Amino acid sequence: MSRAALLCAAGLAAALVYPLLVPNYLVNIGMLVFFTAFIGQSWNIAGGFAGQTSFGHVVFFGTGAYTSTILQVTYGWNPWLAWPAATAMGGFVGWMIAVLSFRAGLRGSYFALITLAFAEVFRILANSVPFTKGGLGMLIKADQRPINFQFKDPIWIYYLALLLCLVSVVIAWHLTRSRFGARLVAIRENEDAARALGIDVFAEKVKVLTLSGAMCAAGGTFYAQKYLYIDPSIAFGVDKSVEMLLVSMVGGAGTIFGPLIGSFTLMGINEATRWLASVVPALKNVQPLSLIVYGIMLILIVARLPNGLMGLFRRGPARA
Amino acid sequence: MLDPAFLLAGVLNGLLAGGIYVLVAVGLTLIYGVLHIINFAHGSLLMLAMYAVFWLWRLVGIDPYAALPLVIAGSFAFGFVLYRLLIGRYNHGRDENILLITLGLSIVFDNAALLFFGGNTQTIDVPYAGTFVELGAAFLPLPKIISFVASLILCAALALYMALSDTGKAIRAVAKERQGARLVGIDVETVFAVSYGIGIACLGAAACLLMPTYYVTPSSGHAFVLVAFTIVVLGGMGSFVGAAVGGLVIGVTESLGGLFLGEQLGQIGISLIFILILLLKPTGLFGSKA
Repeated sequence: MSRAALLCAAGLAAALVYPLLVPNYLVNIGMLVFFTAFIGQSWNIAGGFAGQTSFGHVVFFGTGAYTSTILQVTYGWNPWLAWPAATAMGGFVGWMIAVLSFRAGLRGSYFALITLAFAEVFRILANSVPFTKGGLGMLIKADQRPINFQFKDPIWIYYLALLLCLVSVVIAWHLTRSRFGARLVAIRENEDAARALGIDVFAEKVKVLTLSGAMCAAGGTFYAQKYLYIDPSIAFGVDKSVEMLLVSMVGGAGTIFGPLIGSFTLMGINEATRWLASVVPALKNVQPLSLIVYGIMLILIVARLPNGLMGLFRRGPARA
Repeated sequence: MLDPAFLLAGVLNGLLAGGIYVLVAVGLTLIYGVLHIINFAHGSLLMLAMYAVFWLWRLVGIDPYAALPLVIAGSFAFGFVLYRLLIGRYNHGRDENILLITLGLSIVFDNAALLFFGGNTQTIDVPYAGTFVELGAAFLPLPKIISFVASLILCAALALYMALSDTGKAIRAVAKERQGARLVGIDVETVFAVSYGIGIACLGAAACLLMPTYYVTPSSGHAFVLVAFTIVVLGGMGSFVGAAVGGLVIGVTESLGGLFLGEQLGQIGISLIFILILLLKPTGLFGSKA
């Protein structure tokens, strides 16, 4: 076995044993790390590998969360059945946004801004139409049985998040080895050159955003089942979009483990500022402090480390 | 059942709000037109300027209108330095990079405001806030009319400055042809920093004009950023006239949207216009081909 594979196996073993050894509070933090890495990876597949920077990825997250919750609460579906439906819906929204934007020839910053506007439209709609219950949000009835996608012991939701994260890493790993992934990288590096090489740029970009949207929507359902409540600003708020972008960019956009490393890092900053606030009583407001650190990290990473923290581990020329 | 007086009041109120949007959008379009960067921190910088106006009033007792020269100068300096220290260094390569850097800046600014100023909504009580002017069937608050007129005067002054002064000529030369401008001896990097400074100075002016009738919270920037981008895209990226027309159109759209669709759903008009323009006519109404 190569060193990298050995490292992965050791990491996985540690992740499997970890929740058995620590209190519930830390199990929950571990769950959040893997969950954020998963939705970050969904951003990374479109934004990192294919270079289609999105500022509104939360549109897929919210679509997934609302689809499964509405199917469950209003139509009485079992959440395990609603999950694939929500995933498919996220894929559909990704397909739709991709077809509209890429047919209009939007690239770079313009694509980023239009995704932000789509997320805004979805947020306002979720706030206004009757079947989402508007600004009140939707409550899922608590009934903690595995058949209801609700677990009494946090260890199970932890393992589910770990599984999602693993699946996303395998998808990203596959992208680095498949022709599809190679075409995406070609599009990222130079779209016109990729087209000249005979790549159907439009079709590939639509495909990747569909995949990314479906993954992110699956994360939305997971979130709704974990917290049993969603409202328009949770499901479609700009904060989640930024979080997905941040973990990928900080860890290393377009790398397999970037979102996971970014997620670990941001959680570490979060806990560090929480600790700082507990010793320095003047800092009663923790949330903004950690976000300020995130913002500074984003600026530093874009300016100095285009490969993110992963770039520190790897030698060789940096991606421009 | 459409009461014309009701409608007229909606349109007038929209125009008055739009007049100030023009100033915000002119700053954004100037930065885009000259530097070809998308300044995602625009809304957050406006929020900071609004807090500056608020604290000048609260701590020193300066009326927001009287604060205009001070805040404009301060905003210019802030923009100039920000460009020199940070944005200018990375204003090359992929265009998403600068978008991400300005996103990072807006995260830092928004949360710094939240950390230091708290999340409360802050307003300024000016003595003339309750004065209304009767225009046809509509009662319009006096400060809104003052701000509207002042905003248009400032925009016209900026347009004149761009047309007539040497600095204005240099800025336009750089916007049209970077290399050529460099060859005739224009210090392009300084022109970039000055342009960014002027763009932020516009925000400073807008902040002074907004505060008598508006409020500020740390998330105010977020409320303005999509509005500003919509105006600029609608008018055509880089076009002054476009920003002016777009600002008024968006002001009226927002006001009528609120009137007919209600507070919540009414906001959807702006995002929809933004999406439709980008999809159907990305050059906007007055833009040249990119």
